[in-house]
Amino acid sequence: MKLEELRFGTELIKRGFASMQKGGVIMDVVNAEQAELAEEAGAVAVMALERVPADIRAAGGVARMADPQKIVEIIDAVSIPVMGKARIGHFVEAQILEALGVDMVDESEVLTPADEQFHIDKTGFSVPFVCGARNLGEALRRINEGAAMIRTKGEAGTGNVVEAVRHMRAIMGGIRGLSGLSSQELVDQAREIEAPAELLIECAQRGRLPVVNFSAGGIATPADAALMMQLGADGVFVGSGIFKSANPEETARAIVEAVNHYDDAKVIAEVSKGLGEAMKGLDVHLLREDEVLQTRGR
Amino acid sequence: MGVKVGVLALQGDVAEHIAAFREALAERPGSSVTAVRHAEDLTDLDALAIPGGESTTISRLIEKNGLYEPLAEFGGGVFATCAGMVLSADRVDDPRVRPLSLIPMHVARNAFGRQVDSRETMLEVAALTEPFRAVFIRAPVATDAGDGVEVLARIPEGIVAVRSGRHMAFAFHPELGGDLRLHRMFLEGLGV
Repeated sequence: MKLEELRFGTELIKRGFASMQKGGVIMDVVNAEQAELAEEAGAVAVMALERVPADIRAAGGVARMADPQKIVEIIDAVSIPVMGKARIGHFVEAQILEALGVDMVDESEVLTPADEQFHIDKTGFSVPFVCGARNLGEALRRINEGAAMIRTKGEAGTGNVVEAVRHMRAIMGGIRGLSGLSSQELVDQAREIEAPAELLIECAQRGRLPVVNFSAGGIATPADAALMMQLGADGVFVGSGIFKSANPEETARAIVEAVNHYDDAKVIAEVSKGLGEAMKGLDVHLLREDEVLQTRGR
Repeated sequence: MGVKVGVLALQGDVAEHIAAFREALAERPGSSVTAVRHAEDLTDLDALAIPGGESTTISRLIEKNGLYEPLAEFGGGVFATCAGMVLSADRVDDPRVRPLSLIPMHVARNAFGRQVDSRETMLEVAALTEPFRAVFIRAPVATDAGDGVEVLARIPEGIVAVRSGRHMAFAFHPELGGDLRLHRMFLEGLGV
């Protein structure tokens, strides 16, 4: 095998990595111990963080990429992929995460944005990216910038699934609304939602996004996770919902099984028994404008 | 005669496997490709695909769903990729995975390093006249293959494609990328 024939970081490799996560649960963790618990519970990957979103909300101030020392500790603790969050537009944080050996970078609205006009140009990286989106136009803009995976934004750190539902319905409904449109109408629709026409046409042909679409932002219970799967998610991110619950280990296992059996209410009922209190949660309607995370990035 | 293929649908790139086998079987009337989530879904199948995904997660879900014995005793051919290759082995370097012992080989997980070390390459595969565009994603390798296991491809890191009776296993992903030559070779080997 000749070395020059090797290719790294191609679209097929990046999107293929995301495909391998399908049907899985990606869990937020803040240390090696939590990462091991997540792996043991059946997580397909962990998101290495300084704080979970609920604590980022509580702490206030500027939220940045986690300490590289912490990320390395988590990478060393588990055999499943480790993801890390960079601020929107902060391509140097992304470069650092790539250099640390993170398997996927989340360009995340949960951290304080570093650029209010541009997202990271993700095509220049070998590491794949996941980005948040609230609707079809936003999802396609991120894919056009090189995102290999989309997650609905929801409203992170609230334990309230309502925004995740809103965003998943907007994306799935946006795609369903393309069927039957003529090629001229598709181009017009692309202009309307500020999305590249060729990506919109690809969605219309395939009846889905061209990349894997997970749900995130407010999932707190096995029922929440199964709800997002039934609405069309390929998998779920669970942030504060696990380690802010009364019983993280049981909650983590139960959410993995609820995603696996998302269309079987008997199994979801069984795994939901006696989990104790879920995270307390917030009413998203009571958040001040500056406390809303989902409107970061456009 | 049609071929009945199942795809183990616990976690991973299940839809890609279903799409690839449907395309490979498009001209075989009476064929079917279905998702396998319960033991009874294995009944009457000629072949089973074990997809890529996270082998630790899939192994855990196999146990939870009572599928270990039915899968280990499956009588048809198995087409396993990436995590599927890990699961189809009889020895694995990681106690978190309980392999199904379908193919006598030792497999090492994540043999290439981190995701940025994932790669595409044109691979020479025995019995194919032209190289195969192989995509390795956090891939495993087999470090030894037992009696009766034919090594179809090997790279410096280890063995990446094997055939053992009607079973085939790959460290890379023939279901991604649209080249169905390995699927066709597998289907011919079933003798249906």
